[in-house]
Amino acid sequence: MLADAARGFLDDAAPLTKLRGLRDAGKTHDPALWTEMAQMGWTGVLVPEEAGGSDMGHAAACVLAEEMGKTLAPTPFLSTAVIAATALRQVASDRATAALSKIADGTVTYALAIDEGKKFDPETVELTAEKDGNGFRLSGRKRFVVDGGFADRLLVLARTDGGLTLFDIPADRAGISRNATPMIDSRDAAEIDFDKVEATGEDVLGQVDAAMTVLQPALEAGQAALAAEMTGLAAGAFGMTVGYLKERKQFGMLIGSFQALQHRAADLWCECEVTASAILHAGRMLDSDPQAATLAVSLAKARAADTAQRAVQEGVQMHGGIGMTDEFDMGFYMRRARVGAEWLGDYGYHAGVVARLRGF
Amino acid sequence: MSDDLAQFRATIRTWLEQNCPEEMRDGAVGEDSTCWGGKNWNFTSDAQKIWLERCAAKGYTVPTWPVEYGGAGMNREQEKIWLEELRAINGRLPLQSFGIWMLGPALLHFGSHEQKLHYLPPIARGEIRWCQGYSEPGAGSDLASVQTRGEDKGDHWLVNGQKIWTSYADKADWIFALIRTDREAKKHLGISFLLIDMTSPGVSTKPIRLISGKSPFCETFFDNVEVPKEQIVGTENRGWDVAKYLLTHEREMISGSGMLAGSARSLGAILAEDGGLDEPVLRADVMRAEIDGLAFGLTLERYKDQAEAGQGTGDASAMLKYMGTELNKRRQELVMAGAGSDALSWEDERAPHWLRSKANSIEGGTSEVMLSIISRRILGLPG
Repeated sequence: MLADAARGFLDDAAPLTKLRGLRDAGKTHDPALWTEMAQMGWTGVLVPEEAGGSDMGHAAACVLAEEMGKTLAPTPFLSTAVIAATALRQVASDRATAALSKIADGTVTYALAIDEGKKFDPETVELTAEKDGNGFRLSGRKRFVVDGGFADRLLVLARTDGGLTLFDIPADRAGISRNATPMIDSRDAAEIDFDKVEATGEDVLGQVDAAMTVLQPALEAGQAALAAEMTGLAAGAFGMTVGYLKERKQFGMLIGSFQALQHRAADLWCECEVTASAILHAGRMLDSDPQAATLAVSLAKARAADTAQRAVQEGVQMHGGIGMTDEFDMGFYMRRARVGAEWLGDYGYHAGVVARLRGF
Repeated sequence: MSDDLAQFRATIRTWLEQNCPEEMRDGAVGEDSTCWGGKNWNFTSDAQKIWLERCAAKGYTVPTWPVEYGGAGMNREQEKIWLEELRAINGRLPLQSFGIWMLGPALLHFGSHEQKLHYLPPIARGEIRWCQGYSEPGAGSDLASVQTRGEDKGDHWLVNGQKIWTSYADKADWIFALIRTDREAKKHLGISFLLIDMTSPGVSTKPIRLISGKSPFCETFFDNVEVPKEQIVGTENRGWDVAKYLLTHEREMISGSGMLAGSARSLGAILAEDGGLDEPVLRADVMRAEIDGLAFGLTLERYKDQAEAGQGTGDASAMLKYMGTELNKRRQELVMAGAGSDALSWEDERAPHWLRSKANSIEGGTSEVMLSIISRRILGLPG
């Protein structure tokens, strides 16, 4: 249904050659593809209908992300349609509704500026927002800001007097300088400096000193969708590998008839199936009981990181030498799997969450 | 619909409250805590006997079987509710048996109406205990090469040969067995699925001691055993179809051992209680096992839901069996590591469980056989 429709569109509009072509042209983003997705209602997948969205829910967002992952469709879907939209939905204001409708119609893209160190650690923030009259001045540096090189707006997590505060500001505001990072996955990311950047009270998303009320649901939505994308990625890499086992001959026979490779492929298929269950569960929990979804989300992200990395490593090994060549697509899967494993919390981070929630 | 289910839940809850004896509400899962049934069964308490009888009268021992065959006719949603409510009061299952898990589903699928009426209700009431006669000394992973033969003697077969790994054969009343009834045909096409009374003249059993100490496994011998012709399930020489169908149920049953590692109990919490998780490498291994266990539990649920929706698990049961048993072996290793020298005495129950778990990835089809099934039938790799 939704998955089939999405697959049909993506095979046309964003096959893996799309990302390869952008990379070869030195680009990280294709605005035309984003516009098409907006017309199909995908950018508004989590936007309420009254703000012009299709409001299909998190399970549907995960289905879309999974299909995008299969061919590594290069879009700011997670940053904008999932993370920013979920954050904005936590706030009941005309401003937030207006922002949501711009996400739905595809005219505005977002990036989440949260990381400062080399690991995901949202509670440790050095970037400050100092009181300045009725507003604030933001100073500090964010890194690994995914889609931060081109996004129109930034969600910036900053330290305020009594805690953490989330700001929603245009990316071209005075004092902001963006340096694109040449990422291994050929996608967009930037390091962003904030030099006494002016922000008003209006720019605060949610309440001052209470960023997590707004950010936590947004992070969980993003983590689940990223896990779904990585599950799609694993399926894409695995499908390619099984296809190769059925066509490559050595010693006069198809290499897929060798038990050593059959069992590795079968084992990997099992891992993919188990991870797929965790993804489905996370999407359903976010839709049905978001307050209690943390365990399901971290479980999904941990499993997906692990499975995707196994799928690409096995993929290269079972392809042999050709798997190492740039001409072949496996390298794109491998590099994206590494970035996806790190973004929004790696295996260790989410395993820690699971352990805590399971009582140890 | 959900109103109906809420009503159903309330009915079950009230019934359990009024009928489950206090002694049966201790959540015990030891070998004899749940009744295995059969003529040789010694009830461990009056409460165990009463609990079985009350459940059997309602069909709750086999909730999803049709009422006329001793079940309660529940659908999967209702069965889930029954199990959830039973778990909520920490209640023991009223009955467990190979009749319920293995033969029952095969009879429901392949048996005649008369056979179902004859064999299923005694299983549901816990009156007849069954064992499985599949493997032979020369037929392990290559199960279809069974040699125990049945000669056609007109109104009966004359059975001679030997079965191995027949769990609880020394306690069972009947055995369902794979018997070669055509020695000329290709090996898969000369096997019949026969039901044999263990008290028939010529049947004998001998226990096998395993590395875990005592074990339920036996060797079972057939020496000129007469088996009436009507005691066949399915068509003569097409017993392999029944065997395969039953194996998928056996695999799903065994994969349930991995379920214990999933949602039910947190291994990490258990080990942390007595300081077993202070060591960082072990802690990391337990975290991984916890994550994989939870995800596997969700997978088991997902497949059961698919089966309920009419999309049979079939070949995919090989995945559940493989993942579930490998997971359980990991879990048992971690239990031993967490318990340290506390678990090294024969008086501690952890060591036998750990040793016994090593058979999980062998019985019911080895992990390697499961992987081969997946690679050929699901991935379509060349045979």
